[in-house]
Amino acid sequence: MVSSGEINRVVIIGAGQAGGEAAQRLRQAGYQGDITLIGEEPAPPYQRPPLSKAYLAGDLPMERLLLRPASVYAEEKVALLTPKRAVWIDRANKRVRLEGGREIPYDALVLATGARARKLPIVGADLPGVHLLRTAADVDSMRERFVSGARLTVIGAGYIGLEVAAIGRKLGLEVTVIEMAARPLARVTSPEVAGFFLDEHTSQGVRFMLGAQPALIRGTERVSGVAMVDGGEVPADIIVAGIGVTPETALAQQCGLTVENGVVTDAQCRTSDPHIFAIGDCAARPMAHYGNRVCRLESVHNAVEGAKVVAATLMGGAHTVEAPWFWSDQYDLKLQIAGLFQGYDRVVLRGVMADRAFAVFYYKGEKLIAVDAINRPAEYLGAKMLIQTGRSLAPAEIADTSRPMKELVAAAR
Amino acid sequence: MPKITYIESSGKEHVVEAPVGQTVMEAAVKHAVPGIDADCGGACACATCHVYVDPAWTAKTGEASSMEQSMLDFANDVEENSRLSCQIKITAELDGLTVRLPKSQH
Repeated sequence: MVSSGEINRVVIIGAGQAGGEAAQRLRQAGYQGDITLIGEEPAPPYQRPPLSKAYLAGDLPMERLLLRPASVYAEEKVALLTPKRAVWIDRANKRVRLEGGREIPYDALVLATGARARKLPIVGADLPGVHLLRTAADVDSMRERFVSGARLTVIGAGYIGLEVAAIGRKLGLEVTVIEMAARPLARVTSPEVAGFFLDEHTSQGVRFMLGAQPALIRGTERVSGVAMVDGGEVPADIIVAGIGVTPETALAQQCGLTVENGVVTDAQCRTSDPHIFAIGDCAARPMAHYGNRVCRLESVHNAVEGAKVVAATLMGGAHTVEAPWFWSDQYDLKLQIAGLFQGYDRVVLRGVMADRAFAVFYYKGEKLIAVDAINRPAEYLGAKMLIQTGRSLAPAEIADTSRPMKELVAAAR
Repeated sequence: MPKITYIESSGKEHVVEAPVGQTVMEAAVKHAVPGIDADCGGACACATCHVYVDPAWTAKTGEASSMEQSMLDFANDVEENSRLSCQIKITAELDGLTVRLPKSQH
């Protein structure tokens, strides 16, 4: 087992939010040894959530996306190697090899390799004008065509797809959303909440094609449209695909770590090799508030919690993880999510959907497991607190809007 | 650039120069002021950037929006002058602002 005494060289592969936070949390916890942070993108660690929101809208410059100013890394003696790619892990000799051959020894290795956006598996996916959205460079490359009057087709109606659609409407683009499932947000929320967002986007002028499958992307020099399997044609000047991500597990697989849907870790984020940890989008760990079910989460919360856990573990301490949380901004709607809704058998509505401020609570049996709160921050924070502490509220109580959320939470058992 | 002073619950002071347009939260995070977690990066989604605005400055920092107020209701040790620092934009007028940090953000 690794203890803090033997650790003088920490290498972190992946300089996204999880990797960047891990370096910072280690220093905050008093770790004084070497830290090497290796990232494939040129920029120092930055926040990804605004990419499909304020950054795409042009309201937030790159400098404000950075987790911390570029100068901090030298000041805190974090060797930030970007843009560099790690290509090999030698577990026997505890070394990481970079492209070009340089080898870096480690006492503890943190995999924070993230995930990559899935490419459309159809002909034409490589045409200019077809975009994925994962990095700042992805967004920068679409700006020229992401302008008023352009015909935007979004493929995939998950959170990223719908956020892009909302920014598209805000900037005056004509927006069509193509989704294979019968409803938007099919993987990530209930039919009730999905229906609300469908209505909202429709009233904002977004055209939806649900249960619809693209056959190929049309275009010669650049994209001109989408041909549908049913024979339909959708003309387009720009296409953004948001069809999910694949965890970056190649290095972990190469060196023989246990990988299922992500690099599998224990609650301390330790992989099947006790000297190697995995955090963020690439990792799957047991969820403390959900019977230790192993989950791979793609969220800021998960990146930050993983970083805190690793820093605490390497320093010989422990960190109590928070219940999962997540958010999405679309138009003037702030969706705040606490908990994991998978496996729910009952939904309870608090408030009225037509007011555009309501919360949907998810129960499994008697137990509250998650909330989707739309413009209802008190319901979000209250539910998060309940889930965190393993408490619940009877559905009839939750639905009673005459009692403020804070009062309900205080009375909950 | 406006100067902002952050005072930890222990009494330790951090003076930070911050450009106009940033938020009081961003300036703290970028200068590694301990005690402001700001996990969500300023999206008003996590309520971990709670500060107490020095009473001399509350008129200039303005009032919390209803969304911010609802979030603050669930923070620890909330006072009259509690704010989420991600919702306070730095202006030239705020040069010299002092905020105090709570014992804990959770």
